[in-house]
Amino acid sequence: MGKSENELTWKELEVGGIVTEPGNASQYKTGDWRSQRPTYDFNKCLKCGICQIYCPEGCVNQNNQGYFEADLYYCKGCGICSRECPTFVITMKEEE
Amino acid sequence: MENYSIYVPKLITKKENFAPGHRACIGCGEALAVRLAFKAIGQNVIVINATGCVEIFTSQLPYTSWRVPWIHTLFENTAAVASGIEAARKAMIRKGVIKDTNTKIVAIAGDGGTIDIGLQALSGAMERGHDFLYICFDNEAYMNTGIQRSSATPFGASTTTSPAGKSSFGQFAWKKDMPAIAVAHNIPYVATACPSYPFDLMEKVKKGLEVKGPAYIQVLSVCPTGWGCAADLSIKVGRLAVKTGIFPLYEVENGKYKMSIDFPGLRPITEYMSLQKRFRHLKPKMLEQIQQKVIEKYEELKEKAAACEYNCQTVLED
Repeated sequence: MGKSENELTWKELEVGGIVTEPGNASQYKTGDWRSQRPTYDFNKCLKCGICQIYCPEGCVNQNNQGYFEADLYYCKGCGICSRECPTFVITMKEEE
Repeated sequence: MENYSIYVPKLITKKENFAPGHRACIGCGEALAVRLAFKAIGQNVIVINATGCVEIFTSQLPYTSWRVPWIHTLFENTAAVASGIEAARKAMIRKGVIKDTNTKIVAIAGDGGTIDIGLQALSGAMERGHDFLYICFDNEAYMNTGIQRSSATPFGASTTTSPAGKSSFGQFAWKKDMPAIAVAHNIPYVATACPSYPFDLMEKVKKGLEVKGPAYIQVLSVCPTGWGCAADLSIKVGRLAVKTGIFPLYEVENGKYKMSIDFPGLRPITEYMSLQKRFRHLKPKMLEQIQQKVIEKYEELKEKAAACEYNCQTVLED
């Protein structure tokens, strides 16, 4: 599809409202719903991946050093990762 | 292996069949449950999705979160569509139109679409013995239309159609025991799960897929919006629901009950209820009544599990 939701017109929709590209919701930015952002202190991190398993968005991925970090394009700032982290790596900070 | 849960998450597949960018509320337990379930299910699947929260937030028109074949149905005919697809595939394989790729049929619905509206279609599909997996994401009310009570709403909970006030104390009926109804159909696999126990949930979904014939799994999905709890507590609340015995985790294979997690002592239900706005109005007398019922139900379940274990042992000894 490639186009954002606002640019699309009804003429470009498929017959029957069929969506032809699987998983294209990943274009949609949910990050701007956020009122708190996760911040990390990687010195304490075990790289266990519990934050990844409990994230309802599925937006936590491993970065180059192998630490798990939320993708702020999608992160809605629920704070589950911060609550469940066994070593308290993640703290939620108010978004400016 | 006491730190089992700390090392295992790494072993779980990183592949997501459920794309981010969906519009679930912040801290949604149902989105998490769907995501975990579809990690276990994989790509070789046809999904039948009833109207409900999951359908709404994953498929806002130009976008979809699904990376697997997916069809939307109405509330009442999810199981009917699933059985139709299963039967049609069987016929086409027999006639050589398509190859047998061992594609799984998975029907998903909310508690309203399963326990209220879709019950008779589901009952029919279970009775005919179609080979499919039915997952009910139970968030204990009609959340996507604005928190109306369903028959899965627990006793005493305040919803918009059973509001707490001077002349009403909230939901007036006890929660319908849907897993027991599924067990009564003599289907090969019934289970309850909760995303606060992710490995248990994934294991059960896999088991349900492999079983030949209908399988039913009920997943408790915490709904911070409808239950009135903080978004970051949604895992904790789910865990407390299990630990207090309000939503015990068990599985029933061919009529044999087995507890998945058994606690030596149950936590008091106030621990679970004090975190939620929908139970805030309950008086101590009522809480006591609920506590008694919860313990009674839990003991009943444990007795069934113990009886099945005893029977298994005697068969082995003979």
